[in-house]
Amino acid sequence: MSGLKRTSLRDFHAAHGARLVDFAGWEMPVQYRSILEEHKAVRRAAGLFDVSHMGEVDVRGPEAGKFLNRLVTNDVTKLYPGRVLYSPMCYPSGGVVDDLLVYQRGADDYFLCINAGNIDKDVAWIREQAAGFAVTIDDRSADFGLLAVQGPMAAAIVQSLTGAKLGLIKYYHFGEATVAGIHCLASRTGYTGEDGFELYHAASESVALAEALLEAGAPHGLELAGLGARDSLRLEAGFPLYGHEITADISPLTAGLGWTVKLDKGSDFVGRTALLAEKQNGAPNQVIFFKTGDRRIVRADTPVLGPDGAVVGRVLSGTLSPILNESIGSALVATASAAGEGGWSVDIRGTRLPLHRVRPPFVPLKK
Amino acid sequence: MSSVPTDLRYAKSHEWVRSSGDGISTVGITDYAQNSLGDITYVQLPKVGATFAAGAVFGVVESVKAASDLYAPLAFTVLEVNALLDKTPETVNQAPYGEGWMLKVKPAAAGEEAGLLDAAAYRAAIG
Repeated sequence: MSGLKRTSLRDFHAAHGARLVDFAGWEMPVQYRSILEEHKAVRRAAGLFDVSHMGEVDVRGPEAGKFLNRLVTNDVTKLYPGRVLYSPMCYPSGGVVDDLLVYQRGADDYFLCINAGNIDKDVAWIREQAAGFAVTIDDRSADFGLLAVQGPMAAAIVQSLTGAKLGLIKYYHFGEATVAGIHCLASRTGYTGEDGFELYHAASESVALAEALLEAGAPHGLELAGLGARDSLRLEAGFPLYGHEITADISPLTAGLGWTVKLDKGSDFVGRTALLAEKQNGAPNQVIFFKTGDRRIVRADTPVLGPDGAVVGRVLSGTLSPILNESIGSALVATASAAGEGGWSVDIRGTRLPLHRVRPPFVPLKK
Repeated sequence: MSSVPTDLRYAKSHEWVRSSGDGISTVGITDYAQNSLGDITYVQLPKVGATFAAGAVFGVVESVKAASDLYAPLAFTVLEVNALLDKTPETVNQAPYGEGWMLKVKPAAAGEEAGLLDAAAYRAAIG
């Protein structure tokens, strides 16, 4: 696949039988053996994901914290060195530029982890917003590899390769750790709903780190897992994916992420005026999650029908839950249609399937 | 490399036909097809007694990735549907030429399989 960007692990993936696809301009493994089996391995034991395509941006300087608190909707003043914060980053319209993780390393020293497909857009946006602040913005995406170890056995597997006391790193915290002899920033975060670590490291060390994790993890049931399983795991957990549940046109409030929008954090931020108005006036649409009781997958952009058959929305994400063994998904529906739990349905090849509303997660999760 | 058994005939649309000699043929999809689709999550098959012209859509196979039509490799009447695929569609991934068969059919005319690809021609077609 010419013209696609590659992580340091591209040949490692190919050697392990990966099916490589174009993901946001990156040649990435969608699966190795089976999306469904990789998904189940993560819920049962552990999975190893290459997410080196994600972007990393350093934000440093005397006004770094102040700047970030203006840039994102969540409250950056809650951070302290070693703490991680999830936040949307919005346009003045309240639509979402991207969702990201903010890491505070030290006073005036932060970095952001952003979506691969948004790196150029985000960095340009962040630089533009930084005008007038005493901060420096550095796109470090090419320097970092990122491996995610996720699942109930993940912490034990990573612990077997490091002397660092990982038990001291709580959920949404991070610390430095030498894992298999490789310097890592170990972040107790993830996108699966399971316990686990995301290990930031020098991109040149990715192969050695991946091989060590795979070898140490195999006896615990760890499997290589691709982006296919990553997507079904995140949907089962009810996590939003940029471009689906949150977009430039779907605000975090519409998406049900009100907990990440701190309207009263005490300082203005990009999108606050629009989001405050949306909160006060109510949004015309809202994101809901559903299951069908049927194995037929309800794919993105399928129209959602109200009780009288009129179109009241559209599907944003849809897959088969390998754990529930039925199709699950999310949809953007007219708020007015959500009053009596909807009575929603979709037409799949001539069969009317009812959508049953679910408040995620779809399955019990550790995190 | 995909398995292409020599005792079957193939359609370019990746269905296979096995003739048993008693006027009953079995229809399924090829190893190449199941591998391209990835994890198969749902198989929609017709009712017993339904008739199809060659090239007509007789069902749908869904994977995590996409839903794809199934095409009748020859004109036939459906005699039996593989009920196993209702609950365990992944059988098509595991044994596309065996337990993962889809239909037993009565061809509309004897000898129609002759118009389909043999294993060598199908192997050439899938590269």
